[in-house]
Amino acid sequence: MSAAAQPASVGQRIRRWEGLPYWLVLPTLAYLVLFFGWPMVEAFTLAFREEGVWSLDAFERMYDDLRFGEALKTTLILIGVIVPLQFALAVSMALLVNGRLRARGLFLYIFLLPLAISDLAAGIVWSSIFTERGYLNTILQHLGIGDPNLPRIWLDPTDQTTLLGTVVVAEIWRSTALIMIILVAGLQSIPKEFNEAAEVFGAGFWQRLRTVTLPMLKPSIQVALLLRVILAFEVFATVIAIAGEGTTVLAAEAYRWETTNQDENVAAAYASLILVLSVVSALIVLRLLRTKKEQLLR
Amino acid sequence: MAEVRFQSVRKTFGKVAAVDDVDLEIADGEFVVLLGPSGCGKTTLLRCLAGLEKVDGGKVEIGGRNATDLPPRRRRIAMVFQSYAVFPHMKVYDNVAFGLKMQRESKATIKERVGSAASLLHIEDYLDRYPSQLSGGQRQRVAVARAIATKADVLLMDEPLSNLDALLRMEMRAELKALLQKLDATTIYVTHDQVEALSMGDRIAVMNSGRIVQVDNPLAVYDQPADIFVGGFIGTPPMNFVAAQVIANGAAPTAQLSGGTLPLGEDARPLAGKDVVLGIRAESINVQTTPGDGMIRASVVVVEPLGSHNLLTVRTGDDMLKVSTPPNLFPAPESDVWLQIAPERIRWMDAVTGAAVSDASEVTPSRVDVLTRAPDTGAAPAPS
Amino acid sequence: MRTAAIGTVKYAFAILLALWVIVPIYFITLAAFSTEEAVYAYPKQLVPRDMSTDTMRFFLDSEGVVPSLQRSILVALLTLVIALGLGVPAGYALARFAFRGADTFRLGIVATRAFPIVILSIPLAVIFLRWGIDDTVYGVAIAHAALALPFAVLVTSSVFAGISVELEEAAMTLGCNRFSAIVRIVLPLALPGLAAAAIFVFIISWNEVFAAAILTLEERTLPAQILTLLNASPLPFKFAGGFFLLAPSLLVILVIRKYLFNMWGRVVK
Repeated sequence: MSAAAQPASVGQRIRRWEGLPYWLVLPTLAYLVLFFGWPMVEAFTLAFREEGVWSLDAFERMYDDLRFGEALKTTLILIGVIVPLQFALAVSMALLVNGRLRARGLFLYIFLLPLAISDLAAGIVWSSIFTERGYLNTILQHLGIGDPNLPRIWLDPTDQTTLLGTVVVAEIWRSTALIMIILVAGLQSIPKEFNEAAEVFGAGFWQRLRTVTLPMLKPSIQVALLLRVILAFEVFATVIAIAGEGTTVLAAEAYRWETTNQDENVAAAYASLILVLSVVSALIVLRLLRTKKEQLLR
Repeated sequence: MAEVRFQSVRKTFGKVAAVDDVDLEIADGEFVVLLGPSGCGKTTLLRCLAGLEKVDGGKVEIGGRNATDLPPRRRRIAMVFQSYAVFPHMKVYDNVAFGLKMQRESKATIKERVGSAASLLHIEDYLDRYPSQLSGGQRQRVAVARAIATKADVLLMDEPLSNLDALLRMEMRAELKALLQKLDATTIYVTHDQVEALSMGDRIAVMNSGRIVQVDNPLAVYDQPADIFVGGFIGTPPMNFVAAQVIANGAAPTAQLSGGTLPLGEDARPLAGKDVVLGIRAESINVQTTPGDGMIRASVVVVEPLGSHNLLTVRTGDDMLKVSTPPNLFPAPESDVWLQIAPERIRWMDAVTGAAVSDASEVTPSRVDVLTRAPDTGAAPAPS
Repeated sequence: MRTAAIGTVKYAFAILLALWVIVPIYFITLAAFSTEEAVYAYPKQLVPRDMSTDTMRFFLDSEGVVPSLQRSILVALLTLVIALGLGVPAGYALARFAFRGADTFRLGIVATRAFPIVILSIPLAVIFLRWGIDDTVYGVAIAHAALALPFAVLVTSSVFAGISVELEEAAMTLGCNRFSAIVRIVLPLALPGLAAAAIFVFIISWNEVFAAAILTLEERTLPAQILTLLNASPLPFKFAGGFFLLAPSLLVILVIRKYLFNMWGRVVK
């Protein structure tokens, strides 16, 4: 797409009229440098520099804090559990919605609903379900399970497993829509002739899924995975809404150090850690799901 | 209406010269077709005329004024785009009226001009509709109506028929030609379809690799191509090109092909010993089923019945030729036929440069001459 | 025979998934519109029986809620103006011009996604303190706009790319200069896509909780307000708050669902 060899096709022409494009782009560039680039630099400065001196004190404080290990562990566990489950679910939803289904439009709308729901709202919704006097217990009771006088306490602050489980459910509920929509867009860009050809040559549903659909979906999966992993390190309000002080994740710790403890250096340290983890994961995803250029559809 | 002049026009994209030093004059009221394969620079040249591309060198004149630095809206041109570019959010009436509205014509004038353009293109019934409610062919008419409504000095058309299906294309071709003749508009028409070019233009400018290779009326371009490229690009099927040696020791000159020998006229004597290529059109080869004097034997490979005639692919020696026969002559594959070639229909080409060799006959290839530099030679490219 | 069975299984699965999405929303709506006793009752009502606006009213009357609601709207509108005001021209430039550095710019825009809001907002809190705009809606709007701007650029770029450039060129041959060609031809055609992008930017800002919570103290937006009061507040507050956060989203998805695929499909490339 560079300004080279031939005149481009319909939709893009090459022009160099008085540098107009540069003027159009400049405000955005300036804004992003100012309110994205600079804060980034500031964040590292805050993390590595205290009282005018370069030091790793902030990181030490972060590391020594009791909650650090828990936050790191929880964050990683969440990602490890949520992402695979979510992808399986998203692929199923995408395939359902993309194929023949009665009232497809309605299903699509419903599946997409959580797209615009914030993590805070999702956390509140699911805490209302899992809370001791909440809807889950109500349903269970109607089904005759459990003691009516002693409803099960799902959200026990001392029980990590159920707390995390609820967070997992809430997160999957909320953000699968995003993965799904990326996958659906990818599915729609696969011409159906490929599946038809595979069928003609004898491939059954699971075979086609494995050998035709999923490989051709790889670029979309890569993008979706990238996004999801990066967002996963930002999980925050869901945890607070559901677990309160019961458990914590990295982003929540950053929040606490900034607001409650008023220690912006440690908060910045946490932020830097989150950034590094995000970038590393992103690179891993990019590497693992790399598609050779020759294999792409164009 | 006005005349158009390209003077040493040059347009580069990066390192590639899409239009490479082009000179062309188009008279007032003339219909000139820019013809060539994809990437030859014809559309770029048109867009330079329109002002949609800034030229990197040379001059463009419209109606005697230097238009080189003028934006499109000040060049008094009208253009029909390949994709029609009919505005989807406006009704047909507003589309056709758009140019007039921009010129701030009075409501009455607009109404009248839109009406007459619409009736010329037979779209009066659609004026109140939106383009999405029209078929491709109807939208194309809207695009043409929009262009002629402005009564611009020059009409530019960028492959306006190529998105239509074959039958519709043929009908529109005739209709468009009649319409433009009636309007007597200076028209510059770009196409890669040589049938369109032959049937519509007053003159055809054949382009290759950014240069104009030949400018002439259709018949001349067809019968006397300036080089192997033009001969191979124009005509269905393309001109046959065969390596040949002209032998003229003593007796009448003959042409030695890999498959046999042909008698030639006296005017071929100067070609003796030179490195030449024999160019002959399919319909200029007479096919006989029995041998005769001065005929070349050939073996039939494929017979394609086309209704009005049959197209045969035959092999003679090392060469493959396309020849045509009347519809009732149906030689079987692998049978033998005998080819008779009239020497006066042969177009001799220089084997090295690919350019036509002017022999003793007085026919000169073109009026506006930029042919001295030979463009790419080699195998005749398939018309795209 | 077999395909019919598969079809039923598929359909049942789809319904199951749909219920999984909808039922929690249904519950929270129920909870938000129940009487005060019903909120604390157990077992909960599973069908709307005693509907009332008690809970909602409790929520809205709670300290600081209505102002925070107003602030959320204000911030979202400001974010919209900034993100689109800057993003639309940039998107147009990316779509129409192949200028040197375009690819790098686009890559940079996409790369900003990799940077978590966390690392953005903490230093911004410090910076805004220095500038004196900490704890204001403007600060939050600036942060939100930084978040939404890349999205706006990519979406508007693909909206404009979807409008054939020949339409502009045709207008220019018919008497428009570039600017009037854009106004008369491109903008009307781009409007639906741009509106959808605008709505989505609004929702991004509306939902955003981390930066809003970090950057404000007194002047909180709705999510920030709810977050800080969450674990100290009674159930009615929670339920009504949850519903309030949720409701616009439902509406938004309904309105722009047609554009969602185009938006995300293209943004993703």
